[in-house]
Amino acid sequence: MAVLRHSAAFPFLLLLALLICIPALVSGVWLNDDGGGVEEEGEQFSEELFLKPLPDRKVLAHFHFQSTVPPSAANGRHHHLFPKAIAQLVQKFQIKELELSFTQGRWNYESWGGSDPISSTNAKPPGVELWALFDLPVMEIDATWKDLTHALSGLFCASINFLESSTSYFAPSWAFRSNVSNLRYGALPREAVCTENLTPWLKLLPCRDKAGLASLLDRPSIYKGYYHSQRLQLTSTKSTGIVLKQTLTVVLKPDVQRNSAHSSLDKSIQPSWSVSSMFKKNVTGLCVPAKTSRIFFELETNMVVELEKLGYGDSWSNSIFDLSPNPVRVFKESNPLPGRSNSIIYEFINYSEHEPLDLGMKWKLPFIWSCSQAPFHVSRFLMGSGNERGSIAISLQSTESNKEFLAKSHGCNVQVLIFQVVPWYVKVYYHTLQVFIDGKPQSVSDVIEKIQVSPSEDKLFPGTLELMLRYPCSVQSVALTLDFDKGFLHIDEYPPDANQGFDIPSALVTFPNFHSSRSYVEDNFSINSPLLLKFQEKNVVRSYTEALLVPLTTPDFSMPYNVITFTCTVLALFFGSLLNVLRRRVGEEERLLNSKDTTRIRLIPLLLSKFSSKLKGRTDGTPKSSSLLGSKFLLILVAVLAVLWHYISN
Amino acid sequence: MAAEAGDGKPQPGRRPRSRLIVRLGALLVAHSVLVSVVCCIAGSIAFLLLPVLAKNTYVSENALMPGSANPMFSSHDVVEANRFLKEILDRGSAKVTGTEIAKLIGQHVVDVGAELYYHKFHPHGNQFHPLHFFSSITNTMEMQYNSSCTLFGLNSVGIIRAPRGDGKEAIVLVTPYNSQNIGQSEALSLGLAFSIFSLLSRVTWLAKDIVWLAADSRYGEYTAVDSWLKDYHNPLFLSNSGKIGTGVCFEENILHLLDQLKVKGPGYNIFKRAGTMAAALVFKVIEKKEKEERDSLTIYAEASNGQMPNLDLINIVHYLAVHRQGLRVKIGSMHSLLKAAWLKFVGEMLQLFGKLTKHLNPKWKFDITSAEYVEGTATLASSIYYQALGVPTGSHGAFRDYQVDAITLELSPRFSLNNENNRSAFLLRGGRLIEGVIRSVNNLLEKFHQSFFLYFLTAPHKFVSVGVYMIPFALLLAPLPIVSAALFSGNDNLGVSTEKVNQEPGCIGSSDTELRSGSWKWLQAAKVVFMIHLWAIIVSLLPYVLSQFPLTTPITLLLVWAALSICILLIFYLIFGACSTHCGWELLKSVMIAAASTGLSLMSVINFSTAQIGAMLIVPMCLLVQPLRKQMQAGVCRKAVLVICNLTIAVVGFPPVALLIAKGVCEDFGKAGVGAFWELAQLLWSWNSATYLYLLWIHLPCWVLCLHILLYPCIGRSSKA
Repeated sequence: MAVLRHSAAFPFLLLLALLICIPALVSGVWLNDDGGGVEEEGEQFSEELFLKPLPDRKVLAHFHFQSTVPPSAANGRHHHLFPKAIAQLVQKFQIKELELSFTQGRWNYESWGGSDPISSTNAKPPGVELWALFDLPVMEIDATWKDLTHALSGLFCASINFLESSTSYFAPSWAFRSNVSNLRYGALPREAVCTENLTPWLKLLPCRDKAGLASLLDRPSIYKGYYHSQRLQLTSTKSTGIVLKQTLTVVLKPDVQRNSAHSSLDKSIQPSWSVSSMFKKNVTGLCVPAKTSRIFFELETNMVVELEKLGYGDSWSNSIFDLSPNPVRVFKESNPLPGRSNSIIYEFINYSEHEPLDLGMKWKLPFIWSCSQAPFHVSRFLMGSGNERGSIAISLQSTESNKEFLAKSHGCNVQVLIFQVVPWYVKVYYHTLQVFIDGKPQSVSDVIEKIQVSPSEDKLFPGTLELMLRYPCSVQSVALTLDFDKGFLHIDEYPPDANQGFDIPSALVTFPNFHSSRSYVEDNFSINSPLLLKFQEKNVVRSYTEALLVPLTTPDFSMPYNVITFTCTVLALFFGSLLNVLRRRVGEEERLLNSKDTTRIRLIPLLLSKFSSKLKGRTDGTPKSSSLLGSKFLLILVAVLAVLWHYISN
Repeated sequence: MAAEAGDGKPQPGRRPRSRLIVRLGALLVAHSVLVSVVCCIAGSIAFLLLPVLAKNTYVSENALMPGSANPMFSSHDVVEANRFLKEILDRGSAKVTGTEIAKLIGQHVVDVGAELYYHKFHPHGNQFHPLHFFSSITNTMEMQYNSSCTLFGLNSVGIIRAPRGDGKEAIVLVTPYNSQNIGQSEALSLGLAFSIFSLLSRVTWLAKDIVWLAADSRYGEYTAVDSWLKDYHNPLFLSNSGKIGTGVCFEENILHLLDQLKVKGPGYNIFKRAGTMAAALVFKVIEKKEKEERDSLTIYAEASNGQMPNLDLINIVHYLAVHRQGLRVKIGSMHSLLKAAWLKFVGEMLQLFGKLTKHLNPKWKFDITSAEYVEGTATLASSIYYQALGVPTGSHGAFRDYQVDAITLELSPRFSLNNENNRSAFLLRGGRLIEGVIRSVNNLLEKFHQSFFLYFLTAPHKFVSVGVYMIPFALLLAPLPIVSAALFSGNDNLGVSTEKVNQEPGCIGSSDTELRSGSWKWLQAAKVVFMIHLWAIIVSLLPYVLSQFPLTTPITLLLVWAALSICILLIFYLIFGACSTHCGWELLKSVMIAAASTGLSLMSVINFSTAQIGAMLIVPMCLLVQPLRKQMQAGVCRKAVLVICNLTIAVVGFPPVALLIAKGVCEDFGKAGVGAFWELAQLLWSWNSATYLYLLWIHLPCWVLCLHILLYPCIGRSSKA
């Protein structure tokens, strides 16, 4: 319209041009979305929800939204579906890969699984974790990282900008990703995650949470869960363009409907649930730009094994549970080991505008299974007490899951990669690294295949430890300890609520020879779901440890005044007397005193005499003794009068 | 006035006048006797005034917000507690094995959806290790397992992971129970704990993890809790190789045990942790003989070496118990003092004085009734006594060694627990109280730091803070350096001061020759004092040697200890005795007082209460002591007073006597025997109490030196006179 006003000469021409252009554009978009043939060129968006019952009566819900945009040359600066903010981010900071996660709660590796694709890629440490891989010369990376943190913190309403200081991020050399120099990693374990972070995240979706699967995201119900991790993953290459994966992983506990009739059975039966009962919302309509909108439901391996023991195979409706709408398709995991049952995925497609897809599971009989565990359960804790020193211990306890691995090959070795960042005020002595295997101390060189330590520098860099352990599979427990001293901070370096203690971010433990990839056999179609394709990627099993809280010595912030006055007094006394001693010339003073001593009157009598003489109206205070007595008497008189006056006045 | 008095003596040889501070010091030294009398009296009065100066407690940390939420603990939870209680009592009556109850607890914890593990521990006997004072971390000690394999306890631990928490902090609940012989009250405390635990597993507001430790108190509550804490904070990764000797049977034991504990799932013997502990609550139900009009709650807070938990923790418990649940809150008090007539008299005097001051100015708040004063003093006395003893008053003491604030809550019901209704009402109150405390601590963002750590309690809601209770101690301690300086500086000033107490100046050397040669004479005295202190250190280490020999009865041990100490002292006298008479008793006294005041001030940093009680004994002893021979030269009346004073103080100042009196006052004279001192000493060193060090390193040498001065042969001096 501005153009029209501006140049009156060609109004109709331009209008005509516009009129011609718009339908072409619109039809082009629809064509791209609907037609399968031109998939590769256009922007795409797909939404998927993955549901899985967990052994401890909870349900895992994993939302996966994926938008892709072809290389920028094709589309210029304009996007139809892809969020512009992200595209600009990628362009400006030359990001190759980026992952940002906001997590609340802890992933329970013991009962929610430790080796499946969800847990090894979507279980994140509490707080914020950010890593980015840049396509830039090494010199420019640090500056770009700082800008990136600011941009992201503005975009997601989070204090990611605290990651800009060099004390809080780090460039891991090989333990996080193999051999990259342009990667930066930072974590903020104390960042609180709430709806203010979710809203901007939803804004990146084409339908926000107004339609499609995202409409399920009812804030109270998802934040009431036991685990909440919202993640944004970016990959950008010259050939494929930018791929933006937004995932939200929540673990929810379905409400138990208590039937008074079978109260005893109720306790052991898993609670029945449906999508609408869990999220307190229905899938309202379709998100029209989405190419696919599906819900997957997984029965995990151990569950299928247990079901087969009972003779129910892969049916979705048996005497133990019912799945309410019939699935559209069934995917079975194909396993290199024949004769073993594997996990099954049921697919449900959300294609109807008016009939909301309400997937539900109804349990009828008590059923117990266990989840797939990581080969070793990792825990990290602090040892020692007091404000001076302590040690960090990382302990790995073997779970039963590597038994089959063990049976497969004797004399096998387990590799474990540990990546640990420690803030500078926790001064770790890396030479004190001790390794205990099954309760026996081992010489470090026997067990450690590779180690890289970069010690911390005060107020500049955090310390990091990258470590690769190798030990036999039969080992039951491994423990590593590192001693540290607690440092002192400058008064303005203390964060708010300093008395809570200081956080050590989670360590990352990776098992390079265990993979969490799945491969699915399916009847007739090739798999085109981004989520399942992601499951098929070859990811190593990784698990994060707990964040730790180190109590440091904290000054009493409530008493700065006392401290200042006290220290000032001490300093004044010290320097006063020191200067006095230095300045004094003994001989001269003596002479002076000798000359004065005869006439000199001491301070207090002088004052008193002056005072009394003034009272008496005299001008000179020579009669010392009498005035002194008088002044004493006067003082007492005044005191008595004051007391009396006080008494009377009250 | 100051200048006048300082000028009272003309300076010899027209030296330049010194500075004001120096002159003031000289003045104080010159009037040391007056100063010390005034200071001592003022100190004692200030000490007696402490209950009057006590302030009301207040919740200092705003984040705690006690009682701001409605309790969720309902009758449903009470039913659960009752059910659990019945199950325990059923199992307990069967008395199959000691692990039966642990199994039951485990079953329930798993049903609730929490994590569970069992912690096995070996009770460690009390061993005297001279170098283990002040260090609670004794890894090497744990290696010496020589107990048989049947001797172990089993703690059951349940952990609730806060649903949305980050697992960095935890709150610990401890319920001790005797797994061998469980009584109804212990079962009830377990039931209460379980119902709270199951409630907490359902609530949505948890920010910190909850750890429930059902401590097997078969070998004592403290041992169970302490060994769990030790494994929590200082685990031994070497555990298997350390116990090679007993390893086989130990492993068998574990296997046998885990067979018994048929709880499904893996890893019930793997130690799990839950972050830094924010606070710990030990609670138990005790059925008392005497019945009261309300359910009552007794709070125990003293940990080792007089450490106290943050006052806020006590405040929230008191607030919730009194204002929300209507319980009667009690803390320990000395019952013998409650009936003391002199205390009542002092109280009445204070009451009178309070009325008088109120007449003068209504703003002055000295109004305290006599009964209140007596009660406050009794409570204060027990507070000081338990802090001074340095032995924790319950298993909460184990937490304080790891800088965790902890208290023990002892709930006692009004009526018999056999009545179902009463029990339910009692459970409801107790449950709501503990839920409220946990909720408050859960609200806490930072660790406890806002309120006081150094305080005495004079009532559950009244406290004396460090700023106030330091005053009497400082007043008591102040004369020591002055008197020491006065004695050291010797001639002129001392002459003045001795005139004031009308002592014969003859005994005091004032000749110029002595002045000249005497400038280094104090080294002789210092040598004597040092020797006596060395002797005291050797005496303090003797129990370690004695504990190696198979002596059994405390009386023989005590006698051997005493005999050995006296022998060593005699040997010291024989070797170094020659010099001890050379140096004049004033110098000896001066150095002794200097040493004592240093020791007292050091002790006041470590354990204030010990220093306070010690100061009340040592200071008069140090100030009054004079050779008996010299006292003989005074007038009859004065002589008698002086001799009696000196002798009584010398008797009372002897550590065993002082301890026996202290014990007699607070407990009963009837129980106090000769062997009691050995037992007390054993108690002190087995708890690593600094009081033991104080008694033997500071108090005992001081007393010996005082005796030495009392019996000092004042021949050299008197001949001069």
